[in-house]
Amino acid sequence: MWLLKLSWKNMWRNRNRTAITMTAVFFSVILSILTNSLQEGVFDNLIKNVVSFYSGYIQIHKTGYWDEQILDNTFENSQELQDQILQLENIDAVTPRLESFALASSDTLTKGCMVIGILPGKEDAITQLKNKVTEGNYLSDGDLGIMMGEGLARRLKLELKDSVVLIGQGYHGAMAVGKYPITGILSFGQPEMNDQSLYMTLANAQVLYSAENRLTSYVIGLENTNDLDPTAENIRSSLGDGYETMTWEEMMPEVVQHIRTDKGSMVIIQLVLYMLIAFGIFGTLLMMMVERKYEMGMLVAIGMKKFKLMQVMMLESLFTVLSGCILGILASIPIVVYLYKYPIRFKGQLAEVYEEFGFEAIFPTSTNPEIFLNQGILVLILGLILSLYPIVKIARINPVNAMKK
Amino acid sequence: MKTVIDAHNISKTFNPETIPIHAVRDVHLHLERGEFTALVGPSGSGKTTLLNMLGGLDKPDKGNILINGVDITSLTPNALIDFRLKNIGFVFQSFNLIPVFTARENVELIMQLQHRSKSEIEERVRTLFQEIGLEDKMDTRPAQLSGGQQQRVAVARALASKPQFILADEPTANLDSKSATKLLDIMAKLNEEENITFIFSTHDPRVIKRARRVITLVDGQVHSDTGPIDTSSDHFNTIEKE
Ligand SMILES: Nc1ncnc2c1ncn2[C@@H]1O[C@H](COP(=O)(O)OP(=O)(O)OP(=O)(O)O)[C@@H](O)[C@H]1O
Ligand SMILES: [Mg+2]
Repeated sequence: MWLLKLSWKNMWRNRNRTAITMTAVFFSVILSILTNSLQEGVFDNLIKNVVSFYSGYIQIHKTGYWDEQILDNTFENSQELQDQILQLENIDAVTPRLESFALASSDTLTKGCMVIGILPGKEDAITQLKNKVTEGNYLSDGDLGIMMGEGLARRLKLELKDSVVLIGQGYHGAMAVGKYPITGILSFGQPEMNDQSLYMTLANAQVLYSAENRLTSYVIGLENTNDLDPTAENIRSSLGDGYETMTWEEMMPEVVQHIRTDKGSMVIIQLVLYMLIAFGIFGTLLMMMVERKYEMGMLVAIGMKKFKLMQVMMLESLFTVLSGCILGILASIPIVVYLYKYPIRFKGQLAEVYEEFGFEAIFPTSTNPEIFLNQGILVLILGLILSLYPIVKIARINPVNAMKK
Repeated sequence: MKTVIDAHNISKTFNPETIPIHAVRDVHLHLERGEFTALVGPSGSGKTTLLNMLGGLDKPDKGNILINGVDITSLTPNALIDFRLKNIGFVFQSFNLIPVFTARENVELIMQLQHRSKSEIEERVRTLFQEIGLEDKMDTRPAQLSGGQQQRVAVARALASKPQFILADEPTANLDSKSATKLLDIMAKLNEEENITFIFSTHDPRVIKRARRVITLVDGQVHSDTGPIDTSSDHFNTIEKE
């Protein structure tokens, strides 16, 4: 008990020093939480944009479709199949799609586009497509109109209520031609989607492509997106060889690669950060040892075991570093939440590079509580490892030398 | 009489490899319970070095030191710390006290290190503060005490562990004469009334005057030793008569 008391009182003896150590830890924790949360947030956002808003986390196709994305590689839609998938673990929703390329024309211009036939309600449940509508209305069942990305509309110089003509190749080589009114304009963060996507109801798409009751994919919504691989494995073994089950990571390896490269460079930044943190904390510990040398020598001289003295020091470091950590975590919460709600937006060249790659040029933070905890604990451990320095010093202390002026 | 310190032929040389300084040379010392001994000598004569060795803070290169029959030169470092805690009380020249603790807490600390019971600590602390005449300053921080008061608290702390003897290296060096006298009064009273053994070094003639035995060091050797002067009547006068 008195050991605790001594540590506690010591902590407050030199308020400035304690404050400096605490502040060093405090800012360290904030910095390290912020960098981590930004990093995670950027990737989360990326995945959300590229993956969730279009591909979904998992897709099921007819085997071979991914390598050769033609309408001949489609499969028959069936309620039993959907039910079979839905009853598997971690599956939240299933929505069918029929996708194919087509040429879209206005009076004067023709551009390539991706026609996506969807069930409006189910699609929205998985990819929140409705949120992307900036003009007009979201599709309804039996809707005869189409929605297109604002980029595509701009490229075709078309507006809401104008008509677009689609020409393409249908199932088994049939001709696909149709004229549709534009009833909705969509805005995507991802430029490729913005410039090429064209949505219609699944029924319309099946008519356009002469592909009655056929699908290119089931898009799967997950309950817990972290259990991606086990869920995919589960579906795979349930459906057998006739279908291919692919995670977004398999469908978009370049995105995975990008994340991996970026994470690699973040590790270096983080290492530098932790080194700065270590120096900051170490400096204050050094100051403290100089200041307390005499007193420690005196305590050993009058009969305090070095081990006891180490305990006092360790407790003191623990109090200081732990308080700094907790305060740092508390202070970083509003910052992270603010940057989550109002993300940093790139400007200029960097933004262009990002958009070229198809990524939305914003830096939102991740509010994943694990980040706060992990970074807090990391700095705490760093602080405690550093406080081994005074411990080693105490082990070597010689009272006669320590008490010499 | 009971022997408290028995030092045989102890020597200490600093920098033996470069320019050797023979700080203490072949010193024999025998101290009985209840002695009140001053260690005197010019600056650099080896007083501090000798006291450090007697207190188990430093090891002699040669010779051995028996405290209460235990050869402290053969103890392991940890055992030595424990031995100091149980057998030797220390009063240093200054900065004896932990600044963040009150006077009372400073005195309690040593008894807590000895694992004394709460009630025993409480009772003893009260007695000790009465003896040093600072009952009203028990809950004061060292910074709010005068130098003399701080040294008195240090004496109380040294006493708290019920040591075999109290060792003080120039305890009055930083005190004005009035405070020095007061400190000596307390030490002498403890010695007389409770038979507490003291050995202290000093340069101050007024302090030397009150010792009951004076050992003079010159160049690390015992130059003279008055031997224990038994003064059942009044030892201050005895010294003055010399
Ligand atoms: N750690 C050390 N290293 C080298 N020399 C030392 C050391 N400690 C003491 N000495 C030397 O040993 C000799 C005795 O020193 P000591 O401190 O014991 O003298 P002292 O009698 O206490 O002096 P003072 O009255 O000034 O306190 C001196 O010459 C001193 O310079
Ligand atoms: Mg000295």
